[in-house]
Amino acid sequence: MGFFIETLIGGLMAGMLYSLVALGFVLIFKASGVFNFAQGAMVLFAALAMARFSAWIPEWLGIDSRLLANGIAFILSAALMCVVAWLIERLVLRHLVNQDGATLLMATLGIAYVLEGIGSSIFGSDIYRIDVGMPKEPVMILEGSIEGGLLINKEDFVAALVAALLVGTLWLFFQKTSTGRALRAVADDHQAAQSIGIPLNRIWVIVWCVAGLVALVAGIIWGSKLGVQFSLATVALRGLPVVILGGLTSIPGAIIGGLIIGVGEKLSEVYLGPLIGGGIEIWFAYQLALVFLLFRPQGLFGEKIIDRV
Amino acid sequence: MKLQQLVLTAAALALSSLLTAPPALAQAKEQFFPVLVYRTGAYAPNGTQWANGYVDYLKLVNAKGGINGVRISFEECETAYATDRGVECYERLKGKGGGATVFQPLSTGVTFALTEKAPVDKIPLITAGYGRSESQNGAVFTWNFPLLGTYWVGADVAVQHIAKKEGGVGKLKGKKIALVYHDSPYGKEPIPILQELGKTHGFDVQLLPVAHPGVEQKATWLQIRQQKPDYVLLWGWGVMNSTALREAQATGYPRDRMIGVWWAGAEPDVKDVAEGAKGYSALTLQHGAEPGSKVVKDVLDLVHAKGQGTGPKDEVGQVLYMRGLISAMLGVEGVRKAQERYGKGKVMTGEQVRWGLENLNLDQKTLDAMGFAGVMRPVQTSCLDHMGSSWVRVHTWNGSKWEFTSDWYQADEKVIRPMVMLASGKYADEKKIKPRTPEECKK
Amino acid sequence: MLYRENGQFRTSYAADQQIFPIAQDRWAILAIVVFAFVGVPLLVDEYLFRAILIPFLILSLAAIGVNILVGYCGQITLGAGAFMAVGAYAAYNFHIRLDGLPLLVSFLLGGCTAAAVGIFFGIPSLRVRGLYLAVATLAAQFFTDWVFLRVPWFTNNASSGSVSVANLQILSWQIETPTDKYLLCLTILVVFALLAKNMTRCAIGRQWMAIRDMDVAAEVIGIRPLFAKLSAFAVSSFFVGTAGALWGFVHLASWEPAAFSVDRSFQLLFMVIIGGLGSIMGSFFGAAFIVILPIMLNQFLPAIGRVFGISISTAGVSHAELIIFGVLIIFFLIKEPHGIARMWSTGKEKLRLWPFPH
Repeated sequence: MGFFIETLIGGLMAGMLYSLVALGFVLIFKASGVFNFAQGAMVLFAALAMARFSAWIPEWLGIDSRLLANGIAFILSAALMCVVAWLIERLVLRHLVNQDGATLLMATLGIAYVLEGIGSSIFGSDIYRIDVGMPKEPVMILEGSIEGGLLINKEDFVAALVAALLVGTLWLFFQKTSTGRALRAVADDHQAAQSIGIPLNRIWVIVWCVAGLVALVAGIIWGSKLGVQFSLATVALRGLPVVILGGLTSIPGAIIGGLIIGVGEKLSEVYLGPLIGGGIEIWFAYQLALVFLLFRPQGLFGEKIIDRV
Repeated sequence: MKLQQLVLTAAALALSSLLTAPPALAQAKEQFFPVLVYRTGAYAPNGTQWANGYVDYLKLVNAKGGINGVRISFEECETAYATDRGVECYERLKGKGGGATVFQPLSTGVTFALTEKAPVDKIPLITAGYGRSESQNGAVFTWNFPLLGTYWVGADVAVQHIAKKEGGVGKLKGKKIALVYHDSPYGKEPIPILQELGKTHGFDVQLLPVAHPGVEQKATWLQIRQQKPDYVLLWGWGVMNSTALREAQATGYPRDRMIGVWWAGAEPDVKDVAEGAKGYSALTLQHGAEPGSKVVKDVLDLVHAKGQGTGPKDEVGQVLYMRGLISAMLGVEGVRKAQERYGKGKVMTGEQVRWGLENLNLDQKTLDAMGFAGVMRPVQTSCLDHMGSSWVRVHTWNGSKWEFTSDWYQADEKVIRPMVMLASGKYADEKKIKPRTPEECKK
Repeated sequence: MLYRENGQFRTSYAADQQIFPIAQDRWAILAIVVFAFVGVPLLVDEYLFRAILIPFLILSLAAIGVNILVGYCGQITLGAGAFMAVGAYAAYNFHIRLDGLPLLVSFLLGGCTAAAVGIFFGIPSLRVRGLYLAVATLAAQFFTDWVFLRVPWFTNNASSGSVSVANLQILSWQIETPTDKYLLCLTILVVFALLAKNMTRCAIGRQWMAIRDMDVAAEVIGIRPLFAKLSAFAVSSFFVGTAGALWGFVHLASWEPAAFSVDRSFQLLFMVIIGGLGSIMGSFFGAAFIVILPIMLNQFLPAIGRVFGISISTAGVSHAELIIFGVLIIFFLIKEPHGIARMWSTGKEKLRLWPFPH
């Protein structure tokens, strides 16, 4: 029993991290209809920037405090991600308005290559460290009530909390600010939004900016967990089943989808894996999403697809 | 219009540069070493160090006057650890500079592909510490040289080490050993021998594959926490190793019960886990981190001091750097040996170098003289044994550096030889290769 | 001036509907094919054969397959690599398990197996559409990767899970030299390309295109989506699977599932989109672009650097290669979202009027 709960909690926490990546996909798809395959590269780029800035800043400015260095590095990286967002809008998306989905998807893959190339040539292709003071050692809880106790990974716990906080902030931003309202208007109907005077281009920059910030947070969490290196870009492949399961246009969908995929993946690997040879979690996640799709082709919370002839 | 002009000028420039580029490598009296590397991609942190060591040694040989006066030329080609790029690089470099001397792809996948091509082009392959384990049998695998050790050697020694820690082979009975491996031919190589040894000694082998690139291992370590194996063997590469150590820390698995293969025991694997990896041991391919050895001093004095060093100075002498350096040394010594037979001071062909590698005999005195004292033990190859040596030590991470913590082990020939013969026999049957007879070997 | 169709009258339906209605096109293509069969083997060296031409031919075949599914039937797939893997491993098993089975039959059986698997993984397309389907096809990708790693039967119990083949032979033709391999791939490609072109021109092709343009409307006029979609999946997977068998047997000779990873799938989708959706010709352009460009960049960048007196490190070249490759992709997509095939036909239009455009 104790082990089952541990697996469940492990799955939920991994799921929270997947939702963080999925959130980036959803934000951009909702506002501009682009399925952004570059999200993984953005995570890598942001994490590289953060890792390197936090190492360089003490040298440049002679600061000793790690907190201060991390803070400045975070601000610099955030600014950098916004510049990247602006460039992407200005140089790529603006020229591709109204193209079909597959073309846009390929364009974002092109962006991914460029970001990976620039990222590794500016920041290097070694393995780097982000140290934001995440606790590494596990704790035992509930030793009295469950046999053997529950082993909780503090780092995952903190990461899940940060992810939850970020989602809450984003929700507030979308619901309560005027920019957020404009974003939602654009998401609902481009033309209507434009006709009442919402500047589409600016909105797109803002959305990519927000997605860049989400990528930065995801990059910091994953990077502090795994070390910052090239493979971080592949976390995008982990986020994809989450997105289609939850629905391409739904923020709550990204969260709940993430949790379902996370739990499903870990339970299947631990309980089903040993029976058929192990290493099944990645395809199991996709199959799980596919099963949900057969019942709801637009994902759990996606907008209903209506066909008109 | 402007753009068109720009493109045209660029194209013209490129073309003219190609035409006028000096055939720098094609000069006579130069032994050409192709260098397949990966300095980008998922495995870059590990591949870069190996490549730096490899190239630095070639530069060192040149600084010392070449191989009996024959200078070495070399060219790098980036494979990004992808098999098809590796094959392209092989095709690109094999004919350059009067013919490639020896290929060392540093990737099990590329090795498998090149094993089919090398016999046709008559270029030897050195795969020091990786590649096909059965290619030790030179009668079948004429062109492959898994010098210093194969994965089967690694697995056998790992079990010996565990037995020693437990206090004898008899104590292995009923123990549980988990193999956490990279889900690719590389990771699967040790499985048959571990299962074989498990049967003989009565321990249980639990297999836990990790999908490429290995950044998601939570489920794997949950299983380890559930099964509580007595030891964990880590058979990873690149980021998979550091992730495994982090997850071990997060699930509280004792690191001193984890043993890595020699590809999971270098600085990039542990340095940013630092304290969290303390107590973790890994096998070594004879050498560990050797910043104090004479050959490293030579590299620093004769190459880096002149500003010709390939990588950062402080990484010279680290584990994977040394692996690259020793791999290059083995290739160079193959050429030197070949020159003894085919003429000193001449450029050797791939076929001649193959003979040299097959008759390699580096005794301790030679090695010490070259600056490898304390780094390596003797290597002697023959027609039937293309491995030449199966000495292994174990080193342990103390939180800031690797330290040797065991004596020398040697793989058990009685276990490995039958398996090598069986597997290479099967390969020969499939490919309709007639194994060389002892008479043919003498030629 | 030369490219002009004055005086060419088409008097029958057949003449009007032929693949290349303009005589110059016909002759040019014929000349290219003849040159490919006769001229290239005489002129080209081993490196070009092994590193560029053979991969180009095989991936063109795969791209044609993907184009049938994505370009003609409108079902985006990110799982093409999976069907290449199925084709390669199935052909391998037929090859070693049935002694004396002709090599070409093994390839075709490999293709057929891929087609069967393709139909199976195509079933969700009846319910799931667009980008959702694209992501769902990744399930096929990761599943086949896993199967070929985990089930030892498929790899003939090889301890490492890597398989290899040797001594390829068709009738009494030993396929050993690069020229032999090139000619084999070229022959298969020409036959298959002709087959694909004709399929897209007949009833089944028109059904696919109707489904692509508007599946509900197509259903209303009496096209069965079940048949149309699944047949597209089957034909596409057959092509891709045969290409996979060639990739394994002829190009690599020894392979593991990583040879058909998700990167390969992306690469194939790139080829059809850069080349031109719904164009057989485009598949060739796309394959050429994706196969040759990175290798060219990798070799030319150091040379260009040398002109300006800069020596670029290997890592620097690779990074620059990635950046330039990405930029060129974006550039092409912006300049001509319908692919190089469209550029080609625009070029031909201009050529018709040249040199007097008015």
